[in-house]
Amino acid sequence: MSDSEVTRQGLRGTRPDREALIGVAAGRDGEQPPGGDTEFTSYYGRPVINSPVWESPDIPGYLFLGGLAGAASLLASGADLTRRPELARVAKAGAFGGAALSVAALVHDLGKPGRFLNMLRVFKVTSPMSVGSWLLAGFTPLAGISTVSAWTGRAPRWGATATAGAAALGPAVAAYTAALVSDTAVPAWHDGYREMPFVFVGSGATAAGGLGLLAAPAAQAAPARNMATFGVATELTSGQWMEHRLGMVAEPYSSGRSGRYMRAGKVLSVVGLAGALLGRGNRLVNALSGATLLAASAATRWGVFHAGTASADDPKYTVVPQRERLRRGEQARSGDAHTAPPDRTH
Amino acid sequence: MATNSHALYGEADPATLGGYDEPPPRMGFFTDTSVCIGCKACEVACKEWNAIPEDGLVFTGMSYDNSEGLGADTWRHVAFIEQRKPLAMQDPGVQHEDVDVLALASQGSGTPPEQARITPTTPGEPGQMRWLMASDVCKHCTHAACLDVCPTGSLFRTEFGTVVVQEDICNGCGYCIPACPYGVIDQRQEDGRAWKCTLCYDRLSGGMEPACAKACPTDSIQFGPLDELRERARGRVDQLVEAGETGARLYGEDPHDGVGGDGAFFLLMDEPEVYGFPPDPVVTTRDLPAMWRCVGAAALTLAATAAASFAGAMFGRRP
Amino acid sequence: MAECHPVGFQWVMEAKARGATLIHVDPRFTRTSALADIHVPLRVGSDIAFIGGIINHVLQNEKYFREYLVTYTNAPTVLTEDYADTEDLDGVFSGLDPESRIYDFHTWQYEGTEVQAASGKRDKEYSDRVQGSSGVRQAGRGEAHGSGGAEVTAQITNDETLEHPRCVFQVLKRHYARYTPEVIEEICGVPQETFLRVCELLTSNSGRDRTSAFVYSVGWTQHTVGVQYIRSAAILQSLLGNIGRPGGGVLALRGHASIQGSTDIPTLFNLLPGYIPMPHAHSNEDLDAFITAEATRKGYWAEMRAYMVSLLKAWWGSAATPETDFCFDYLPRLTGSHSTYETVQSQLDGECKGYFLMGENPAVGSANAKMQRLGMANLDWLVVRDFSLTESATWWKDGPEIATGELHTEDIGTEVFFLPAAAHTEKDGSFTNTQRLLQWHHQAVEPAGDARSDLWFTYHLGRRIRHKLAGSIDERDFPILDLTWDYPTKGEIDEPEAESVLAEINGWGADGNPLTNYEQLNADGSTVCGCWIYCGVYTDGVNQAARRKPQVQQNWVATEWGWAWPANRRILYNRASADPEGNPWSERKALIWWDAEKAQWSGHDIPDYDKSKSPHYRPPDGAQGAEALSGLDPFIMQADGKAWLFVPAGLTDGPLPTHYEPQDSPVSNLLYTQQRNPVRQIQPHPNNRYQPSGEDPGTEVYPYVLTSYRLTEHHTAGGMSRWLPYLSELQPELFCEVSPELAAERNLEHLGWATVVTARGAIEARLLVTERMTPMTIQGRRTHHVGIPYHWGPNGYSTGDSFNDLSSISLDPNSHIQEVKALSCDIRPGRRPVGADRARLVHEYQQRAGITERTGTEV
Ligand SMILES: Nc1nc2c(c(=O)[nH]1)N[C@H]1C(S)=C(S)[C@@H](COP(=O)(O)OP(=O)(O)OC[C@H]3O[C@@H](n4cnc5c(=O)[nH]c(N)nc54)[C@H](O)[C@@H]3O)O[C@H]1N2
Ligand SMILES: Nc1nc2c(c(=O)[nH]1)N[C@H]1C(S)=C(S)[C@@H](COP(=O)(O)OP(=O)(O)OC[C@H]3O[C@@H](n4cnc5c(=O)[nH]c(N)nc54)[C@H](O)[C@@H]3O)O[C@H]1N2
Ligand code: SF4
Ligand code: SF4
Ligand code: SF4
Ligand code: SF4
Ligand code: SF4
Ligand SMILES: [Mo]
Repeated sequence: MSDSEVTRQGLRGTRPDREALIGVAAGRDGEQPPGGDTEFTSYYGRPVINSPVWESPDIPGYLFLGGLAGAASLLASGADLTRRPELARVAKAGAFGGAALSVAALVHDLGKPGRFLNMLRVFKVTSPMSVGSWLLAGFTPLAGISTVSAWTGRAPRWGATATAGAAALGPAVAAYTAALVSDTAVPAWHDGYREMPFVFVGSGATAAGGLGLLAAPAAQAAPARNMATFGVATELTSGQWMEHRLGMVAEPYSSGRSGRYMRAGKVLSVVGLAGALLGRGNRLVNALSGATLLAASAATRWGVFHAGTASADDPKYTVVPQRERLRRGEQARSGDAHTAPPDRTH
Repeated sequence: MATNSHALYGEADPATLGGYDEPPPRMGFFTDTSVCIGCKACEVACKEWNAIPEDGLVFTGMSYDNSEGLGADTWRHVAFIEQRKPLAMQDPGVQHEDVDVLALASQGSGTPPEQARITPTTPGEPGQMRWLMASDVCKHCTHAACLDVCPTGSLFRTEFGTVVVQEDICNGCGYCIPACPYGVIDQRQEDGRAWKCTLCYDRLSGGMEPACAKACPTDSIQFGPLDELRERARGRVDQLVEAGETGARLYGEDPHDGVGGDGAFFLLMDEPEVYGFPPDPVVTTRDLPAMWRCVGAAALTLAATAAASFAGAMFGRRP
Repeated sequence: MAECHPVGFQWVMEAKARGATLIHVDPRFTRTSALADIHVPLRVGSDIAFIGGIINHVLQNEKYFREYLVTYTNAPTVLTEDYADTEDLDGVFSGLDPESRIYDFHTWQYEGTEVQAASGKRDKEYSDRVQGSSGVRQAGRGEAHGSGGAEVTAQITNDETLEHPRCVFQVLKRHYARYTPEVIEEICGVPQETFLRVCELLTSNSGRDRTSAFVYSVGWTQHTVGVQYIRSAAILQSLLGNIGRPGGGVLALRGHASIQGSTDIPTLFNLLPGYIPMPHAHSNEDLDAFITAEATRKGYWAEMRAYMVSLLKAWWGSAATPETDFCFDYLPRLTGSHSTYETVQSQLDGECKGYFLMGENPAVGSANAKMQRLGMANLDWLVVRDFSLTESATWWKDGPEIATGELHTEDIGTEVFFLPAAAHTEKDGSFTNTQRLLQWHHQAVEPAGDARSDLWFTYHLGRRIRHKLAGSIDERDFPILDLTWDYPTKGEIDEPEAESVLAEINGWGADGNPLTNYEQLNADGSTVCGCWIYCGVYTDGVNQAARRKPQVQQNWVATEWGWAWPANRRILYNRASADPEGNPWSERKALIWWDAEKAQWSGHDIPDYDKSKSPHYRPPDGAQGAEALSGLDPFIMQADGKAWLFVPAGLTDGPLPTHYEPQDSPVSNLLYTQQRNPVRQIQPHPNNRYQPSGEDPGTEVYPYVLTSYRLTEHHTAGGMSRWLPYLSELQPELFCEVSPELAAERNLEHLGWATVVTARGAIEARLLVTERMTPMTIQGRRTHHVGIPYHWGPNGYSTGDSFNDLSSISLDPNSHIQEVKALSCDIRPGRRPVGADRARLVHEYQQRAGITERTGTEV
């Protein structure tokens, strides 16, 4: 009931306009439901975060090509050092082609070529895309010079320097895209940030190794095979570990479209690797295995890409882990000895 | 660029972090949803002032919400939630004795959007009913992921501590979009660039309050220096809880939360996810140093892998 | 209110901040309910019963404010012996002539006297008052007849003990005795417990120290008993002492911007500016006869002659002299009701040949929109002035009847002119809002292209007509030629100065200086005033409506913000805020009070009372007009200075509200055998068929209660919202709201389509299944509502079928407002048929229900 008054002197006992109380003045003996239902709820099933607007094949292609380029530059440099000129030429072409196409994919996604220049307005470590753009901006010309020199035979010293330079940047080029995808609110990406770089360098190594097997003569293909072996092993183990650690957020890696890509990636890796190891020396088997490994790497990238999108589109992957985190935080605060400290909070 | 962790999370004054020497007080919104009447004046005023394109004619069936959520062309969004829950001691008068609650609830929010678009979304008692409305907006985070990850510097921190996109610099890379933990900023199909609430930077610079707050008839949207708003909001929650609305809580007000507190925070009557908010958002760049470390380790692994591959080839002497 | 008056709703929220309790009575759980303390869903069309129940509760439990009641209302007044109540006559009042469907209200008068109404159907008194004899006594057609009455100067008989069996108080008690909580539950579907809680909350917050307010809008008016809805609230508020006091009142939330202004300076056929009645066609009626018939003898309406003469002077200037009877003859005369619905009938009859639609979209907004379109198809010419090509401008090429084949474009002879109108931002002018507050708006931009303001159009149209008629010696042209039609214009397009019109409305004295108060008006032709209640809005030659002094710089009544009629008073009848002695009823509810020292009324608001009239003043014998009001008569426009619990004159359908069922209702009247308002206005026509009701066979064909309403996101017939992308996207499509129970009963699927059918038409809408729509138990039956917003039509950016293709023309007999809030219908899943099949479906239903031209036309 109103407690403000209109006296002869004026208003008395008024409260600020904003302090309206709803549903309290009268009515039934309402009992509030216990707060914090643990059950999952959302707003009409709509996503909580915005899904990446990046499109396939641009962005998964960009991830794949970057990985290929980075690892290939290492292969190229090693081939130079160990005098495997055929392998070197192939790997250099792979490094340059991968980087150039990777930039092209990004530019295509941006819509207008001129927009790529805006990437170089600033340098921001907090933006893996900025870091990546600078890396690519440095790497691509080096890989280009290295490739041109190798294929034309001209300016060998420039070529050697460029090859070394590209190789120095190569690991970063192959790895930074993991930070790029993880540095988002996309649950399946962000929460896997520890393993994702290993998945990505593994995938890059698989691709570069695959390229070497595919295009280099069998006599020079051994390092490529080794690299692919390492790549597949790293990719599979770190991927497995990542899914294990992600818990329910890992679902998209094994279900739906993204799950199919991921499975394809695994099967192709194993098949490709088996081919490479068993059919050693056979040019044709080498080539087939190499192509399979390239496909495996690509499938994994597409899988990761779509897993991210799927985890962003379904609110439960955002809500449930956060709820869980809050619950554990609360329990930790209330001194529950049985609860381990939250895993993914820092 | 500062990379120390303090710049990436925790309590901070964003304008100072952003490099302003003597910034004006940090400005923000306190949206008190307990007095929102769902009139959508805020949505329309925002569109009018900012000349935002129309967002499509879709009848969603999501109660009275046909704009669905924040996006490039919706910078204020009013959510409508019909629930079988009481609002304090309100008597809603409805007499639904024989509705199959579970059947209705099964069409609720756990399911894919196509099937989830039905009200109500929360099971409860047949005689209970409340209709929550809430106007959502960009949170102008203390630690804004969108801003952190923007590779072009298009997103910047204003002297008021707010986060604004410069449309002439944005190149449409889309990075900010999945970075935002609240699903706020989005890409406009027509021009590919990212758009979101500017907290009416142009109006603030001219000494005016934002258009949405100006239009709000019930003061559900309150604009002002963030410190004042926070204090007022705490008092308001206490008042509501004391009056029996025990579901009232603040969201985004805590400077110690995962984004260092929101510049636009809310008083909610239910769990954040009911309104489409993440329950415990964390700015993604909080983990960025760790990410870079992992990336570094992986890069070294790759380099080592390469070396080993050649070494192996040397020792193995296989063709 | 939150839905349709969201900006005004901020004051409700402010009241809540001060502790107010908010009760929302509405069949649907709306945005208003969401913020209310109690939402009371009730069946549409049953509020007279609901309020009647509260009145009964107040009377039975003596919860009324006795001192207020005895002094300030007509509760003690004794009625004539001839009066017979609905209690005596099973649902009708004395004086009903079933043949002509009109009431002779002679028997409703006070004993020994006869009073004139302050508003409403005043012409009913004409013949008696002018000829002094009781001639024909009828009340049904308010515009066209007279009634008997006694000598007006006679004394009113009062019994202040309220015991006299014929005093209003006792009559009221008997009248409402059957409105018990049990009966209310059966009629309204409101559980007794809820009902009693509302009673308790309202009565405990009324009385000396507390006041409660009622707020209503068209959920209450758009009924065949709409005026009696409001009367119910007026009775209850008078019983509780909630009128004329801060925080009290019965507040009408108005519609369009300045719809209040357009009743004050009316676009209504039956009123002249300031609620002066429009003269009827009586033989040899002159100004004297008019005043004799229409004015009261006591109170401010006794000065009607001064208001009228000043008005005639404003219009006809130097031609209006005592010799010419101030050109009273120039005024048109009424021959009956000429409301928009009769006009449609006369279009169909070929009598009305030309039609101006200036800011109206009847092809969507008016009841039975098909009748509207058919009427327009029978015109010679039609002028539509609007912003966009509304349905009323294009029905001849793409209306629903073209699709069904009922009309063919090539056969339509109507010549349609579309003239673009300027919006309020493109012109100067005033809005008069809900609380009678005038606020001026200044032009922001020039109108684009050919768009012109309505002022420009009217002024220049008049100018050109006058030019064409110049020199005419035909008498019928004189009213136009003699008009004062000389407003200064400005700018390239010769826009008339809006302020010069305001100055004329305000008026001036013999010296040419602006007047400041209507009390200055004279009956001798020395003053000019375009609208007496607005007199003072241009005080000192200053546009008072343009004042914008912030609230913080003045007292809480804020009398320096804009300007309120009359005389800038913010709360009408505020003498009632003080007790008979002149002290505030309560020191926590002080508004104005008698300052004995200064011998005047002072306080926060401007007194709605003679400032120097002491509470102890008693009129001398034979006093007239304002003089005749005693110091205890707060209701200064009333012929007896009292609030009327019982209305002896002015209403066509009874002196007291009585619950009747709507024209189309699936429920029978539980209170009386009389099912509907016996004098409701109906217009039988092959395209305006009524449905069986109550127990009649065929009622079950239209088993659901149907209602229409607004959404915050759209405006009325859509001309101002469906063309705007920013609003259209918020509510992009026509939908209908049903409860999950009804959805289950009729297999309706959320987001799917439904077809809704009445005896007039069939429309389709998307489905919004929501628990905000609740079933109710009415007379033991589970009853469902179907709710449909009425904003849509086939044109514009967001399109849909029109609700008004379902509604019928059945009107309140006092206000001629259509009953679009309470109907009945059937609903079925799926889209409606198109083409001729659409009409066929409607016809099939009619046949199944056995509908004939007589259905629903019973008295
Ligand atoms: N946004 C918006 N605002 C508007 C308008 C608009 O079109 N859009 N129109 C303006 C105009 S012209 C007008 S007249 C006003 C009208 O303002 P309102 O009268 O508030 O408008 P409605 O929505 O038509 O009807 C109000 C409510 O009456 C309920 N109702 C129906 N029948 C009954 C009944 O028998 N008893 C009771 N108690 N309730 C009933 C309906 O469910 C509805 O919720 O709004 C004005 N303001
Ligand atoms: N079923 C159903 N029917 C109803 C109602 C209901 O509740 N239910 N409500 C009724 C009520 S309360 C009302 S008020 C009516 C409204 O019915 P209408 O008055 O027929 O509908 P509006 O759409 O308001 O039409 C006004 C038109 O004026 C135009 N306009 C606006 N400003 C100007 C101007 O300055 N000059 C000119 N020349 N034109 C202008 C607008 O564009 C618009 O097209 O509908 C009534 N009909
Ligand atoms: S809410 Fe999202 S868009 Fe807004 S500042 Fe925070 S991160 Fe950026
Ligand atoms: S889309 Fe624009 S604002 Fe967003 S991160 Fe890229 S450049 Fe920055
Ligand atoms: S602050 Fe300005 S830009 Fe942001 S939502 Fe409000 S009106 Fe829109
Ligand atoms: S926040 Fe304000 S303007 Fe927006 S819908 Fe709520 S009440 Fe209306
Ligand atoms: S539309 Fe205009 S009149 Fe209606 S609520 Fe809004 S501001 Fe008031
Ligand atoms: Mo209206």
